[in-house]
Amino acid sequence: MLRISQELVDAIVRHARQDHPDEACGVIAGPSGSDSPQRFIPMLNAARSPNFYEFDSMDLLKLYRDMDDRDEEPVVIYHSHTHTEAYPSRTDIAYASEPNAHYVLVSTRETGAEDGPFEFRSFTIVDGVVTEEDVEILA
Amino acid sequence: MAIQVSLPTILRPLAKDLRRVDTEGETLAQAIDFLEASFPGLKDRLVEDGALRRYVNIYINDEDVRFLGGLDSELSDGDRIDVLPAVAGGQ
Repeated sequence: MLRISQELVDAIVRHARQDHPDEACGVIAGPSGSDSPQRFIPMLNAARSPNFYEFDSMDLLKLYRDMDDRDEEPVVIYHSHTHTEAYPSRTDIAYASEPNAHYVLVSTRETGAEDGPFEFRSFTIVDGVVTEEDVEILA
Repeated sequence: MAIQVSLPTILRPLAKDLRRVDTEGETLAQAIDFLEASFPGLKDRLVEDGALRRYVNIYINDEDVRFLGGLDSELSDGDRIDVLPAVAGGQ
């Protein structure tokens, strides 16, 4: 199960709407071993694409250095789908390489950059196996 | 002095759960072969058909080796190598 604050959910959805129709992506870091997402880190989608996202390689190195320095890990890795459902694609699964992370997908296909309904779902992806999990939103 | 390699979480089980390992070599390819001798299976996660895997980023002294010559990138004693899986996907 993913336990995440309303504030962080809002931040992810806001980022997804801002970058619509391109995919938005980022990380929420938390203390190592805590399973608690705390520090919101929106990342640039180096692919700037409606169909693909990728952290820039230098941004990626800096991100992991920063997390190492703070004894953090990527608790949540999020990205948006802008015209399909919030479910990991084959490409998402092929790339997934943090077995301990919660992979959050947001879909903005219904309302795009505007307010309104959105999908927000969380998954673990381990050795190519996708498992959806419950999301508990904390006040 | 050896060359220090920092491994990502997903590869540590192949390297006795170590976060950092030492290697040797004059090129990245040699450094990876040196690691493979101690940690069988590691090379396959980094290299495919003689080239770096698309899903993996390798840095030498904070530079992406894709811009340094890939597996032919040169190494010196004291260099630092970071391995990080790409964070990417698509619908």
